[in-house]
Amino acid sequence: MRHLLTTKDLSKSDALRILDTATQMAATQEREVRKLPTLRGKTVVNLFFEDSTRTRISFEAAAKRLSADVINFSAKGSSVSKGESLKDTALTLQAMGADAVVVRHWASGAAYQLAHGGWLHGSVLNAGDGTHQHPTQSLLDAFTIRKHLAPGGDLSGFTVAIVGDVLHSRVARSNVYLLTTLGAKVVLVAPPTLVPVGIEPWPCDVVHTLDQALDTYEIDALMMLRVQRERMTGGGFFPSPNEYSRIFGLDGDRLRRLPDHALVMHPGPMNRGLEISAEAADSPRSVIVEQVANGVAVRMAALYLLLAGEEAAQ
Amino acid sequence: MTGTIMGAADISRALTRIAHEIVERNDGAADVVLMGIPTRGLPLAHRLAARIAEIEPAFDADVATGALDITMYRDDLFKNPTRTIGTTSVPDTGIDDAVVVLVDDVFHTGRTIRAALDAIRDLGRPRAVQLAALVDRGHRELPIRADFVGKNIPTARSERVDVRLEEIDGEDAVILRKGE
Repeated sequence: MRHLLTTKDLSKSDALRILDTATQMAATQEREVRKLPTLRGKTVVNLFFEDSTRTRISFEAAAKRLSADVINFSAKGSSVSKGESLKDTALTLQAMGADAVVVRHWASGAAYQLAHGGWLHGSVLNAGDGTHQHPTQSLLDAFTIRKHLAPGGDLSGFTVAIVGDVLHSRVARSNVYLLTTLGAKVVLVAPPTLVPVGIEPWPCDVVHTLDQALDTYEIDALMMLRVQRERMTGGGFFPSPNEYSRIFGLDGDRLRRLPDHALVMHPGPMNRGLEISAEAADSPRSVIVEQVANGVAVRMAALYLLLAGEEAAQ
Repeated sequence: MTGTIMGAADISRALTRIAHEIVERNDGAADVVLMGIPTRGLPLAHRLAARIAEIEPAFDADVATGALDITMYRDDLFKNPTRTIGTTSVPDTGIDDAVVVLVDDVFHTGRTIRAALDAIRDLGRPRAVQLAALVDRGHRELPIRADFVGKNIPTARSERVDVRLEEIDGEDAVILRKGE
């Protein structure tokens, strides 16, 4: 593995390797000394063209726990706001000796361009590109489901429902492919206005109300997506927040209709009262806070697998 | 000389002797924790623990045996293909103030043990660390020595020493092979 750009072309064995490695990384995080010397001397650049505090600090924590040096490069207030192109930014990072670049960009495909533009020798980790992919988020979701429901195995026989703003969600796209690769069945639940055009080839079912999903499927994990109001320019996706909440929100009543073992997940940040009620978010079945901790372990695994090993001929 | 250097009976006798040496050196086995280095150090550690329990009935073999994966502490991580990380398990009581006996199959350059010492440092502060190896084949590259050795085998650098164990390979044998 040289880059981690998308979950679509990730093989099952690669995905399981990342999850197994993350399990070992998570075990080291329970020790008194949580820092490992593994990536000493390597430089990881966090290149963020879009605000994302939690993903950035998660990658930063992961890199630091492995003893890599971390440089944070945020587009705001930098050369990018003065009009620098992605290529010139990449060449600058290359000149600084970046071994890995973690990139978050508002444009779909930015990570691919950075990896394959010939500008960088290092590895590229996609930390979210537009409405396309966010592979480490889906890996941490799969890690969390696997840890609770299928330790050491794959996700065959499990059903995962992803509810809400699928249209704008790179988390949903990444999860559809990864969870399917791992053997799970994925059900998307969204109003027709928030389902992307051309969804037919995706390996998943689509239903249009949460109640219908709860009636039809035996759901093992319910993933609530954030309603991304900042991407809903122009509006018109649903009549009112109240109506959205009534049809797609997870409240206490719907929570109780889930099987007893079912997990409640959310990639954060949550809009409490919109897509998820406080009762559901704070219930014992909610693994939302644990997802954050698992994110660090999964990102440590990704950094290890990309950066350890023979230096590629350059 | 190449071929089978130790058979099942030789390995068994060597482990029994090492178990006695560990108990003798430490005036019993009260504080001893055996940490096997995967892959083949791990079954060896379990075998040693079982033998120590026969000598010292108060010694709980299961509780006092752990695994120490050293992958993330290696000094050649960037010179080899990416290695899979193994499991590290520490006895519930921890290793602070214990006598940790590292157990490995082949003692060679000493780099594995150097990595193991670093890994131990992140897990706690043992009173002492000792090293038991089934085979010492020489060619040290670091100032590290073993406390307990099953058999010293003089080798050429180009030769290979393969330790095969029942738990992993289906048979017990130490085989010396000609290098390429």
